[in-house]
Amino acid sequence: MYKVKVFVTLKESVLDPQGTAVKGSLHRMEYNEVQDVRIGKYLELTIEDSVKDLDQAIREMCEKLLSNPVIEDYRYEVEEVVAQ
Amino acid sequence: MRFAVIVFPGSNCDIDMFHAVKDELGAEAEYVWHDEESLDRFDGILLPGGFSYGDYLRTGAIAQFSHVMDGVKKAAEAGKPVLGVCNGFQILQEAGLLPGAMRRNESLKFICKQEALKVVNNETMFSSSYGKDEEIIIPIAHGAGNYYCDEETLKQLEEENRIIFRYKNNPNGSVSDIAGIMNAKGNVLGMMPHPERAVSELLGSADGLKLFQSIVKSWRENHVLSS
Amino acid sequence: MSYLHEPTAEQIQEQKLYREMGLSDEEFALVQSIIGRLPNWTETGLFSVMWSEHCSYKNSKPVLRKFPVDGERVLQGPGEGAGVVDIGDGQAVVFKIESHNHPSAIEPYQGAATGVGGIIRDIFSMGARPVALLNSLRFGELTSSRVKYLFEEVVAGIAGYGNCIGIPTVGGEVQFDASYDGNPLVNAMCVGLIDHKDIQKGQAKGAGNSVMYVGARTGRDGIHGATFASEELTEASEEKRPAVQVGDPFMEKLLLEACLELIQNCDALVGIQDMGAAGLTSSSAEMASKAGMGIEMNLDLVPQRELNMTAYEMMLSESQERMLIVMQKGREQEAIDIFEKWGLEAVVVGTVIEDKQLRLLQHGEVVADVPVDALAEEAPVYHKPSREPEMFSKFQNEEPFVPAVESKKETLLQLLAQPTIASKSWVFDQYDYMVRTNTVVPPGSDAAVIRIRETDKALAMTTDCNSRYLYLDPETGGQIAVAEAARNLVCSGAEPLAITDCLNYGNPEKPEIFWQLEKSTDGMSEACRTLGTPVIGGNVSLYNETNGVAVYPTPVIGMVGLVHHLDHITTQYFKAPGDLIYVIGETLQEFGGSELQKMQLGKISGKAPALNLETEVKRQKQLLEAIQNGLVESAHDVAEGGLSVALAESMMNGNTGASVELEGDLVSALYSETQSRFLVSVKPENAKAFEAMNEDAKQIGFVTDNAVLRIDHENQEVLAAAYDELHSAWKGAIPCLLTSKA
Repeated sequence: MYKVKVFVTLKESVLDPQGTAVKGSLHRMEYNEVQDVRIGKYLELTIEDSVKDLDQAIREMCEKLLSNPVIEDYRYEVEEVVAQ
Repeated sequence: MRFAVIVFPGSNCDIDMFHAVKDELGAEAEYVWHDEESLDRFDGILLPGGFSYGDYLRTGAIAQFSHVMDGVKKAAEAGKPVLGVCNGFQILQEAGLLPGAMRRNESLKFICKQEALKVVNNETMFSSSYGKDEEIIIPIAHGAGNYYCDEETLKQLEEENRIIFRYKNNPNGSVSDIAGIMNAKGNVLGMMPHPERAVSELLGSADGLKLFQSIVKSWRENHVLSS
Repeated sequence: MSYLHEPTAEQIQEQKLYREMGLSDEEFALVQSIIGRLPNWTETGLFSVMWSEHCSYKNSKPVLRKFPVDGERVLQGPGEGAGVVDIGDGQAVVFKIESHNHPSAIEPYQGAATGVGGIIRDIFSMGARPVALLNSLRFGELTSSRVKYLFEEVVAGIAGYGNCIGIPTVGGEVQFDASYDGNPLVNAMCVGLIDHKDIQKGQAKGAGNSVMYVGARTGRDGIHGATFASEELTEASEEKRPAVQVGDPFMEKLLLEACLELIQNCDALVGIQDMGAAGLTSSSAEMASKAGMGIEMNLDLVPQRELNMTAYEMMLSESQERMLIVMQKGREQEAIDIFEKWGLEAVVVGTVIEDKQLRLLQHGEVVADVPVDALAEEAPVYHKPSREPEMFSKFQNEEPFVPAVESKKETLLQLLAQPTIASKSWVFDQYDYMVRTNTVVPPGSDAAVIRIRETDKALAMTTDCNSRYLYLDPETGGQIAVAEAARNLVCSGAEPLAITDCLNYGNPEKPEIFWQLEKSTDGMSEACRTLGTPVIGGNVSLYNETNGVAVYPTPVIGMVGLVHHLDHITTQYFKAPGDLIYVIGETLQEFGGSELQKMQLGKISGKAPALNLETEVKRQKQLLEAIQNGLVESAHDVAEGGLSVALAESMMNGNTGASVELEGDLVSALYSETQSRFLVSVKPENAKAFEAMNEDAKQIGFVTDNAVLRIDHENQEVLAAAYDELHSAWKGAIPCLLTSKA
């Protein structure tokens, strides 16, 4: 089994109102060192070994559904795990 | 003229759309469940608002893979009018039928209120009953209606006159005050404001009715010409 | 309350482990004598939740029995998921209000959201289509960052759930007072429409019929929520966070549609009930008990979201979006097919049995076997001691408060900016109040009004309670709460039908708190009787205390009225220049518990305003008749802040002004909170007919076109304020408080 960790974030060029709000809040709490906050999504997929081309499958899933290429980027990490 | 009102699990403005078309416009309307494939028997397709599939992951993201979307794409290619309102607009974007994407409102809050719009282009099958630059009142009700597209797309939308409605007082942060846009062919309209909620003075505004009337007018003209 | 191995029956008794679940020594002994042996861990759990105040009303039953519950139109009173009232044409309105105070204090977004989800299930489990949501919220003063956080998250939670499921949130009220600082009140109300033929009962009839579980899977969330709701909040409460459930409005939307499809299309459905507080336990025990039957359930068949759940955990889980239904034997597939269409599970988990027992099996063994009536009906009832608190006679004997007012205009602007009076559009703009396109009067006027499609009728609805009056004088305050709700409906053009109530109080074991509960329900009962609006259901929330300090007694009234014709719908806003402005009812010097007293002194004391129920009823009837005869352009009840605030509020649509001449003591005329008064505008040509119909009406001025409020007294101008000033004070107050630094 594979555990795939997918991180979806807004593209650099896209304004992130949630991130901006959180940054403002951190500044009000006087964490003035915080330069920027970007909020994204974290997804965990558990995938069977039988998958043919794991990387290609993940890329397809990310581009078709898990992220919206118009405004979002993604990256992922793969971990091999023992099935329960 | 016969309209399909597409119902996804989680749609919640389907009934409003149905009544607007049937009771106030006097056209035929039928609910179509998301797993139907063929929309051949319909002359116009309406994608209502709501929270399809809970809007989990992203607004409209999961609905784009419903069977019925094949029929919607086919209808769009055939030149039939396709109107997506609110969540319907978001689904059309996710499905690639309209450019751009929605971000959360700038205020990060859901906003429900009557909103003034300007009819930017009144020479379309969706807006021909309005005057040029006419100001109309149509309610909005959304949490993610903050329209985004890159500058190139925006330039194209402007040059091709595909921005149909703009907000008078931008409520959500949308690029270029965009409230509604059209595809290049001119038969797919997506808009965040709800025309189906503005079809009766009793409920505050009847300004949305002209949008539906425009669609019927255009269909009649084509129908008469072709027959 | 988690153990590696479940304690044995003997350990439960010897180590008094039942106390952790909220059972007293006497109650545990009673359980033992009912079942004739020591209960095991699961059984102890069953009794502890079913005998909690939240499920059994063991402390409040004696006062609830006083409420009038019958009426010509009442089709279903208290006892089922929600009450039902006939509205003619074979239709009925179904409504109920419920609290979610404790969960919201701990996790405000999810607490509020699941409160909305729960009350919606109560309505559609009756067979009704939910058509509107309302709420009633109480928070501490909007000055601390904690209160701001609670306020913002509660509103977001209500919006998140209601907007997604597509039921308009059309009304409600929000009040702020220090007594709610650590213990906010979150009461949610749902209104539904039903055809008489579809009215369901939560009954498990017919031995051999199948008990089915539908909706979301069961997890470990919310275990012992009902017990938690029946305790005081303390510093340690935060640690009980796991007790809060997470709502899934999408799941509930599917469940709603599937259940209504089943109810309307399948005659093999025997009974249906929401799994609310105490989840599987209460739904199964209550359905069996009401039908005089028993239920045998195999817990291995219950759809589970987590591994290795014990019987105790499954029975006490309060996972959301679940229902229990009973289907005729052999026709289970019809339900399975409908739920499958909506992508939901429907599973047979048990059978109705003759033996009046709740018998639970797991892994082939009987893990609990107790009488259903003992669980559902035989909780002990306590007549708590009651004592009049010293402060009551102190308040009664106090010299009346006579406020000194320098600038009449400044005072009005300050009153309009008090959070309890100020515009709540920051709140309701976050609610989708228009979805389903029936909302004729949106939030902001006296009551919300929604039309009933395919008829000329409409429903008006409101939630009300001025708890300051109740704190000073619970009996009079209880009467006022009911009267004010009815006043709001009458102003909207509706005939008040019935009420649902949510009784929010402190710890009833304190005699002074129980006295508040007794007195206020006396007042409410009398008002309900005189106004002809029976109580058709409701909810009790006790133990609303933080670190020993109780909230003000807050019996929230949810009232629904019938607008007989769409033409009768009336709002509070002035309509046209030249219309005559009337006040119905005289004004006395009554400032005890008033907004002005609170603003000037920072606290309240003295006598609550007096109320004469006969006068109230007479004026309401006369005004409603005038409205129904088309004689009234606008109507507004005179409430917090007095007549000057009512005048300003009637101008808030921005098109008109008002010029009025007041008599008598000026400060009272402007700001006193004397009850049973209405502010009305009437076209000049209707003046005679209106006056003939409303004997206590007195013309005080007329509507103007200059968007200025001008008030004269003894031929002198005493107050002149432009709409812009009034509007910005009123509209900007809450957003301003929220963005200012704590």
